[in-house]
Amino acid sequence: MTELKAVIEAFLFVAGDPLSLDKLADLTETDKTAIKDLIALLTQEYNRSGRGIHLVEVAGGYQFRSDPTLAPWLRRLQKERVQRLSAAALETLAIIAYRQPVTRAEIEYLRGVDSGGVMKTLLERNLLRILGKKDVPGRPLLYATSRYFLELFGLKDLNDLPTLKEFAGLDPELAEALPLEPSDH
Amino acid sequence: MTVDINLENFSGPLDLLLHLIKSQEMDIYDIRIVKITEQYLTIIDQMKQLDLDVAGEFLVMAAQLIHIKSRMLLPVNEELAEEEGEDPRAELVKRLLEYQRYKQAAALFEQLPQLERDVFLPHGVFEDLLLESPQDAEMSISIYQLASAFHQLMSHVKIEVFHEVVRENLAVSDYIARICRQLIDHSRISFRDLFHTGYQRSELVVTFLALLELTRLRMVGIEQVTTFSDIWLMRVATEDQLHRLQLTGGILDDD
Repeated sequence: MTELKAVIEAFLFVAGDPLSLDKLADLTETDKTAIKDLIALLTQEYNRSGRGIHLVEVAGGYQFRSDPTLAPWLRRLQKERVQRLSAAALETLAIIAYRQPVTRAEIEYLRGVDSGGVMKTLLERNLLRILGKKDVPGRPLLYATSRYFLELFGLKDLNDLPTLKEFAGLDPELAEALPLEPSDH
Repeated sequence: MTVDINLENFSGPLDLLLHLIKSQEMDIYDIRIVKITEQYLTIIDQMKQLDLDVAGEFLVMAAQLIHIKSRMLLPVNEELAEEEGEDPRAELVKRLLEYQRYKQAAALFEQLPQLERDVFLPHGVFEDLLLESPQDAEMSISIYQLASAFHQLMSHVKIEVFHEVVRENLAVSDYIARICRQLIDHSRISFRDLFHTGYQRSELVVTFLALLELTRLRMVGIEQVTTFSDIWLMRVATEDQLHRLQLTGGILDDD
């Protein structure tokens, strides 16, 4: 058992990308419940204070990531400044994340502005994927968030997004706001 | 009234309206439309005086505000009320609330620990190691990614200078045959290897068209193991089909 824990730890370390329970079960020829328990143990060990690396559940798998509080140190390793997502990009991403699949016209109705440029940037950064075409006149493309979107924000899956109730809590009057029907415009 | 607002700080007309409503401490469900319209128009007007490009979207909103204002001044017409709802402001209120919700969601996203900003990963993923097992968490990639990979490739090709223009007759079918030949020998080819370094722009384009055609015929699969890693072509067709395609240059007998 102790050895298996070390094997899992090594796999996660070497893979770099998130490894799913299925994948780990496959690699170690062990059943998933046992692996889940061992990962829980590893997570505890790593997430104890004083460690620079955390084991986190992200994008449907498990991955070693640096402790966010160490960011000021680790940024010293960066060769170039990372392009931050603009307010417009985050706003568009939020709409797509919560309302996916969604068309560009629906996004533009909700934002009140042309969003072609922002969506191009998001596509280029691999944060979106095209799901297909909506069965309405004009057959517009349907957009959704990508797996990399989950990785970027360290989310387990789409259910891990802050719930509407949570952010309705920031402003009581929002609790009543139901999703709009993106209709005529 | 002095208004000191820079339109560039607002992501759109809804954002600007929300700001005006908040700064006036108005109830979002009971917007004083006359006042808001007046302020909104003043801001738009100032922007014009400064000779800034007032984005069309801001003007559309101005028109909508004026429309709502005029409807509120008119006596309630029952027919119209049925058609457009009782309160002329209702639709705007709904849009503002919805917009506010996503604006707040965006603020929450901003606070989440982001890769390469707050959280870091070890560098140098062993892509070769991952490639050994094709059933690894592969993502099938979108046409958009394929096209951007091609665009990248094109940007590396130097612009040729010609003295004499020789028109080459390139047929997509020839290049389909060429890819088929490669696929008969190898079950997977990297996207980059598909394009010989000696290729000229036109040849690159034709090769890409051939690839698209083969993808459409579902003769090849296109995969990428990790984000931003190399793109791979996988043989999906049987060897028989490939031989036939090689001969016909992309025309499949119906079977």
